[in-house]
Amino acid sequence: MRNFYLIFLKELRSYFNSPIAFVVITIFLVLSGYFFYNLFATFSTVSFQVMTQPMLARQYNQLNITEMVVRPLFSNLSLFMLIMLPMLTMRMFSEEKKSGTIELLLTYPVKDSEVILGKFAGCMGIFTIMILLTVPCFILIGIFGEPEMGVIVSGYVGLFLMGAAFISLGIFASSITENQIVAAVLSFGSLLIFFMMGYSAGFAGESVGSILKYLSFMPHLYNFAKGVLDTEDIMYYFLFILFCIFLNMRTLESKRWRG
Amino acid sequence: MIEVENLTKKYGDARGINDVTFTVEKGEVLGFLGPNGAGKTTTMRILTCFMPATSGKAKIAGFDVFEDSLEVRKRIGYLPESVPLYTDMQVPVYLEFVAGLKGVDRRDVKRRVSHVMDDCALNAVSKKYIGELSKGYRQRVGLAQALINDPEVLILDEPTIGLDPRQIIEIRSLIKSLGGRRTVILSTHILPEVSMICQRVVIINEGRLVAVDTPQNLTAQLQRSQQILIRVGGPEKEVLSEVGKINGVSRVSVKENGADNINAYLIELKKDMVDAGKDIPPVIVRKNWSLHEMRPVGMSLEDIFIKLVTEEKIN
Ligand SMILES: Nc1ncnc2c1ncn2[C@@H]1O[C@H](COP(=O)(O)OP(=O)(O)OP(=O)(O)O)[C@@H](O)[C@H]1O
Ligand SMILES: [Mg+2]
Repeated sequence: MRNFYLIFLKELRSYFNSPIAFVVITIFLVLSGYFFYNLFATFSTVSFQVMTQPMLARQYNQLNITEMVVRPLFSNLSLFMLIMLPMLTMRMFSEEKKSGTIELLLTYPVKDSEVILGKFAGCMGIFTIMILLTVPCFILIGIFGEPEMGVIVSGYVGLFLMGAAFISLGIFASSITENQIVAAVLSFGSLLIFFMMGYSAGFAGESVGSILKYLSFMPHLYNFAKGVLDTEDIMYYFLFILFCIFLNMRTLESKRWRG
Repeated sequence: MIEVENLTKKYGDARGINDVTFTVEKGEVLGFLGPNGAGKTTTMRILTCFMPATSGKAKIAGFDVFEDSLEVRKRIGYLPESVPLYTDMQVPVYLEFVAGLKGVDRRDVKRRVSHVMDDCALNAVSKKYIGELSKGYRQRVGLAQALINDPEVLILDEPTIGLDPRQIIEIRSLIKSLGGRRTVILSTHILPEVSMICQRVVIINEGRLVAVDTPQNLTAQLQRSQQILIRVGGPEKEVLSEVGKINGVSRVSVKENGADNINAYLIELKKDMVDAGKDIPPVIVRKNWSLHEMRPVGMSLEDIFIKLVTEEKIN
């Protein structure tokens, strides 16, 4: 437990000792802020038009701040996470391999699981700060409209779990190469595949389709954005994270086996 | 304390080390000697559980490096050859981090850190980030992290490389003082270092063990093919031919030309006739030359090392 905590703190500290955390968080917030502004501005223009010309209301059958701002904002945030989180995770093991520090780390009396979980938690720390900084957007929405609180809460739970899944996969990708760019491309590419997999569900037979649909991030995210906290979706992320951490432990272990 | 048995490591098809066997007693300082690419680092990486061996066994303090890796790692301090450190940490912060990972008691961490910082003369850089340090200071930080938990076994891969002369002396005496209580394996290319601080030497070449012995024994063993230096006043050509005629002398050469025809000659004796040296002075006396100096030339560890390593190749 102490080892886990020490590695967690070290990782957190090294994010702040380098410009990585600052740059990633800033770009993420700029993107989120910009899209939030767009969504919000569109919504208020439309609301204004509807107010002056009630006839238009029929076109917008759901003139509702939750539908028009909150939900799209969550799916935008998940997209930005898809782009930014591989940048956070790519250095985790690759850097240690390249600089050789892994040689010392793995010869300390520390369990592989403590190393991986410590790094995972360090990344989660930065990620948590990152998404907490988007809360003001929702506060603004709350001030100017009446969004459904349930949707916001479950949306955040969904984002958080999804981020954890992205991070676990990213750290795994970085454990199989000593090149940070390769790690980033690997994790971005495979995350994108998981993201899009659901689209092909329609034309891949029924049984394969339902598997694809289950494996894809999309439907699970969609449930959270609807305000539904389903154990099945939560389980999906937990299994995903566990599987990545398991693979990660295997790669470290195989290093000890095969050198 | 350390038992290595038939250790073999292959990198794919390439040779790492081949059938290496040796033991190190508790409290001993063992020097690991060999040319570049001999397999020193490979052996140390296996001993420190960083890498598994292809075959063979290695035990530290009774624990197998493969089966009981965690127990082994609790008991060692390791300084890798490239001294990989986290460049974005300050020296004391880094040492506290390592102390924690190595299981130093929470209440002792601060005390241990200041202790090793004194030992490795690091107080001058206590505010600096490791990335800003010079090579020598990095080396010292590397040594400090190896020592931080006061481990039973120290494995140091070229510990004095990159240090200034004064620091080399200090670190050597530090390592020497650790011996007795601690078991130390260190690899080096600096041969006097081995005779200075090691009780035993392992010479390894192209992955194979060439010799295991004390530095003194190694020297004595090889000095049997002795060389003698004489300084004689007399005509050079005649001295060369007369001395060369003595039974048991294999070669005579001029080592140094001096004034008044007094030259220094190097005489090599045949391996099995090392007492032929006693026949040299009578020849000189008979010829009425003056004998200014006569002494055996010891082989330095360098000579022995080169000899062992090249002999190995001829075989
Ligand atoms: N990761 C690796 N992959 C393939 N071959 C390797 C690897 N590491 C070492 N070798 C090979 O194993 C042999 C022994 O290397 P090792 O690093 O143990 O030598 P060394 O005695 O430490 O040399 P030096 O004095 O240069 O440090 C060399 O022939 C080297 O090329
Ligand atoms: Mg080496």
